[in-house]
Amino acid sequence: MNTAAPMPLPPMLVVENLGKSFRGLRAVNAVAFTVPRGDIVALIGPNGAGKTTTFNLIAGALPPSDGKVVLDGEDVTGLGQAAICRAGVGRTFQIVKPFAGLTVEENVMVGALRHDNGDVEKARAASRAILDLLELGDRAKDPAQTLTLPDRKRLEVAKALATRPKLLLLDEVMAGLRPVECDRMVAILTGLNRETGLTILLIEHVMRAVMALSHHVVVLHHGEKIAEGTPAEVTSHPKVLECYLGEDHE
Amino acid sequence: MSALLQDRRAVLLLGLLAILALAPLAAGDYMLSILITVLLQAYLGMSWNVMMGFAGQFSLGHALYVGLGAYAGGALFVHYGTPPWIGAFAGMAVSAAAGAVIGTLGFRFKVMGVYFALLTIAFAEFTRVLFDHWGWVGASSGLFLPPAPNNSPDNLWLLRGSTTMFYYVILGMTAGAFWFCRALLMRRIGYYWQAIREDQDAADALGIDVFRNKMIAVLISASMTSLGGMFLAFFNNNLYPESIFSMHRSIELMLGTIIGGIGTLFGPILGAVVLTALGEGLTILGAHIGIDGVKQIAYGICLMLILVLKPGGLWPWLRKLLRLEGDGR
Repeated sequence: MNTAAPMPLPPMLVVENLGKSFRGLRAVNAVAFTVPRGDIVALIGPNGAGKTTTFNLIAGALPPSDGKVVLDGEDVTGLGQAAICRAGVGRTFQIVKPFAGLTVEENVMVGALRHDNGDVEKARAASRAILDLLELGDRAKDPAQTLTLPDRKRLEVAKALATRPKLLLLDEVMAGLRPVECDRMVAILTGLNRETGLTILLIEHVMRAVMALSHHVVVLHHGEKIAEGTPAEVTSHPKVLECYLGEDHE
Repeated sequence: MSALLQDRRAVLLLGLLAILALAPLAAGDYMLSILITVLLQAYLGMSWNVMMGFAGQFSLGHALYVGLGAYAGGALFVHYGTPPWIGAFAGMAVSAAAGAVIGTLGFRFKVMGVYFALLTIAFAEFTRVLFDHWGWVGASSGLFLPPAPNNSPDNLWLLRGSTTMFYYVILGMTAGAFWFCRALLMRRIGYYWQAIREDQDAADALGIDVFRNKMIAVLISASMTSLGGMFLAFFNNNLYPESIFSMHRSIELMLGTIIGGIGTLFGPILGAVVLTALGEGLTILGAHIGIDGVKQIAYGICLMLILVLKPGGLWPWLRKLLRLEGDGR
């Protein structure tokens, strides 16, 4: 990526003053953060903090009530999910959405088919490579509906990767994984980030993964950003401790 | 060729095609007309399957496209002597336009599932009422195509001729439709359709233009169906709005595919064979027993039994039984 560009490249993602109201309820309010190119950033916060809503606003599944989403220097606010995917955002769903009747391989092919002029055999090869990477290669020919939940989470990641994203949005892909599996996923994601420079923004409750993966952590609470910094900074931040443990934790 | 022969499905298919191609040598006109019914049912079932089976969009008003194709081909022939294969283009264009209107209304305004099906019924019904009052196409008293003079040679271009000629025409159309559906399913659009069928939101998140791909499914399905309608008009030589646009036809049209296996390639063919065999068999049985209505009751019970025992249709089950390799279709 480090060509002799005269201009510095813009950050991969800039979120400005992002807000979303559902009728009266303010789910996300004035959230702003930046995901630098090539970084892994985690979005954490208690249940109901507005993490998934923020994700949906970035990925275009929901139109923001206000604010801006800038991807790689391009304003993609309110473009819609398919267009934002084509602009380079691959996302997973917290509640997994496999194409149940298709095989595991075909699930991933669907994501890959937008490239190589829709060449099915090339998409199949791409799918196999991604499935091997995520250790799902031996399940390739099985119907997706036969996968266990941890495998379905992996399939979500595989599908998103197949679209060849610049920015990967992962919504709780570690949930339900055993510690060993969780470590494997961390290793896979770190590897991808290191080798391909893939930028990753993830929502995660498993702190073990957050600490191991992320360069930077953003903390949401009641729809607002209350802290951000390195994993170590954030975990000792008084406001963060307060929202997770209550005010009189000392 | 040897690779083709190793694929047991291909062998089975070519064998079936060969038997069907030779059938007129052995079968009489009555048997041939039954086979024509089977093939037309299979053809229309495949057309419906593109929209429902592949893309997951439930149309309960496909009689609309049958009727538009039948009337376009028939009326142009009656009034101007237009060859049916030219008239078929008009029918396909009108059907595609009707499909575009229904699709746009349904997909843009997020009318989904059962509500979308209701929308398709509404269009079929009000088109029926329209044709019932439209003098140029004979209104409710019907449109009649002039039959060919007796013993005149078969005219394929004008579709006037013997049962054998009609048999080969519908055999060709069905084989073509099968090949076409298979090609669609193996391409990008086939994968996109199935993804939309399984989970529209997830398909959207993978960058698929859901609206566009659903519209293409509707347009293809509508055009294919209208070509079947054209055939029906020239085979039957008479057209009545109340029968061609009827709800009953819409249901009959999809029944074979449901019995055979929605979303499969071979299901519509198998379903058509089973339904017709069942219908004919029960008619003979009913004639022996001599009680009216036995046929209809038995027919209904058989269909219910099949759907209860094999909810995915007969073909997925039979395919497993025959150990035919495949990837789920």
